[in-house]
Amino acid sequence: MGILVNKDTKVIVQGITGKAATFHTKQMLDYGTKIVGGVTPGKAGQQVEGVPVFNTVADAVKATGATASVVYVPARFAADSILEAVNADLDLVVCITEHIPVLDMVKVRRYMAGKKTKLIGPNCPGILTTDECKLGIIPGYIHRKGHVGVISRSGTLTYEATFQLTAAGIGQTTAIGIGGDPVKGIDFIDALKLFKADDDTKAILMIGEIGGSAEEDAAKWIAENMPEKPVAAFIAGRQAPKGKRMGHAGAIISGGKGTAADKIKALNAVGIEVADTVAHIGDTVVNTLKRAGIYEVCHTC
Amino acid sequence: MNIHEYQSKEILRSYGVAVPNGKAAFSVDEAVEVAKTLNSPVTVVKAQIHAGGRGKAGGVKLAKNLDDVKVYATELLGKTLVTHQTGPEGKKVNRLLIEEGSNIAKEYYLSFVIDRQTAQVVMMASSEGGVEIEKVAAETPEKIFKEYIDPVIGLAHFQATRMAYALNFPPAAIRKASALMLKLYAAFIGKDCSQVEINPLVLTKEDDVIALDAKLNFDDSALFRHPDIVELRDETEEDAKELRAAKSDLNYVNLGGDVACMVNGAGLAMATVDIIKFYGGSPANFLDVGGAATPETTAEAFQIMLDGGQAKGIFVNIFGGIVKCDNIAKGLIDAAKIIAGEGKPFPVPVVVRLEGTNVDIARKMLQDAAIGNVMVSETMEGGAEKIVKLVKEAEKN
Repeated sequence: MGILVNKDTKVIVQGITGKAATFHTKQMLDYGTKIVGGVTPGKAGQQVEGVPVFNTVADAVKATGATASVVYVPARFAADSILEAVNADLDLVVCITEHIPVLDMVKVRRYMAGKKTKLIGPNCPGILTTDECKLGIIPGYIHRKGHVGVISRSGTLTYEATFQLTAAGIGQTTAIGIGGDPVKGIDFIDALKLFKADDDTKAILMIGEIGGSAEEDAAKWIAENMPEKPVAAFIAGRQAPKGKRMGHAGAIISGGKGTAADKIKALNAVGIEVADTVAHIGDTVVNTLKRAGIYEVCHTC
Repeated sequence: MNIHEYQSKEILRSYGVAVPNGKAAFSVDEAVEVAKTLNSPVTVVKAQIHAGGRGKAGGVKLAKNLDDVKVYATELLGKTLVTHQTGPEGKKVNRLLIEEGSNIAKEYYLSFVIDRQTAQVVMMASSEGGVEIEKVAAETPEKIFKEYIDPVIGLAHFQATRMAYALNFPPAAIRKASALMLKLYAAFIGKDCSQVEINPLVLTKEDDVIALDAKLNFDDSALFRHPDIVELRDETEEDAKELRAAKSDLNYVNLGGDVACMVNGAGLAMATVDIIKFYGGSPANFLDVGGAATPETTAEAFQIMLDGGQAKGIFVNIFGGIVKCDNIAKGLIDAAKIIAGEGKPFPVPVVVRLEGTNVDIARKMLQDAAIGNVMVSETMEGGAEKIVKLVKEAEKN
């Protein structure tokens, strides 16, 4: 089980002939992902890692029946690639590219309104359903099958957290990196809704960071809508100064809002334990599972 | 990216936004020259630094004649201004804006920002101008009005008009206020801003509506399509280390402490700063070396951290996902040779925590290289604790 993608999901890679895309296409295929095609205008007829290349997303979808796409296109053209995938009525687009202009993403979000396509990213590591498939750049080998869903705004923190879960014997259903940009696709609440509906997912780990109020909104949503699935959390950026962009475009405390302290307070207020340091994410999930009486069920590896 | 107020006003002027007449001056003579051409009964001499709160810090002066202009320009140029946004070290004033005075009847607040939740640009305004808007938002949120803008339509006339009425502009100024809002929005979109703030927006006694102050921030990711904006960068306003790091594509923020860290990934880098503080250390920096760190960039990162004797210890925290740990280890060993010299110990203690792909090979490489002062830690927790302890010991000696 898991959310959004599984072993049967047919995936195309936009920008497949680029260096990073070619490398990750092989990684995704090795993990078992059904990569059925790639798109690079002008390169139709070529093959990358045995995958046929098409000029347009429409051509690729027509020929392969793909329902999902992963975008590795450079920042100046990436927003257009998302539009093309949305226009082709794909169920899911994952955009790995970072440094897409924010106003381009504002237009993308407007274009997506009322359409069925879900977007993960941009500036994200992608999504991985354990032992089934991955779209993006998450290293597969750290994942083990289990019952915890992982949602994160950061790439390496997703890996770090998953690594700690696996080391603690806690397997995962799906890990999803929603990305570090201020204007993006799926946010915490969207991912939480999907995990709530997934019977295989018994608990959720949420990794947030400074900037915006998505974590506070998620805390409220969890308290009101998901009493049955325990949530543990971690927030990066307790020591971040005001007004400084900490790597991610979205990780900035502006106007005194979006501080780690506010987020931790909001999460604690609804009974969600927040790890005190990054080294204790695994322990915090274990504590949360034990308190909920589902540690044994979730101890899968 | 930030620019100076006078640069912001020049951009706004080019979009037809009403701003006071004025010009930048880099010397006392220039300041007097500009004041002469303005020929205004009151001339405003404004220090140009990349920080707010200049008025309270004594960086804005009202001159009644040219002699006053000379006195104030002499006083401000070269002075270090300390405002609530500069930090205790303050910022040196190298440029002035010489501007005509305005007959202020009332002050307002007006800004455009990107709203994450709705993924739209939002126009925000208040009749409580000239004060900190965060305070207004916290204490009297009903005094802040918002208009969410459809990116396809842009700011609609009715929205600007509705805002002008909400702010209670007098009838004679309604159209002037709404016209200014529309032009400001055009500037926001035209230059890929991340924020435009006019505080205060003023109504004059003559019923004109003027942007008395202007703060423009730009989306760094969109600078590739605005070479004119890139040219406005004032490197003297930026932290020297941050500037140097940016030239090597290193994501670095100086935090002022003495326990440095080098990390891959922005989230893990933030979390590493936090864990250093958690164990009682004073974080020197945020540093994300990214996925494509080479031995050269790794060495440059070490040199930036050590520069000026800032780092008394360095915590290297790497989670090798796609990045392989042995590549990082090689980078470290090469960097040590560049910095310390072959066979010599590293100038400050370095604790290395590596996890992930090829970690065993990497740890062995570091052990075999046996660089003095470089230690491998098996866990992140242990590593953070250790580097803080080592720096504290070094401080005692």
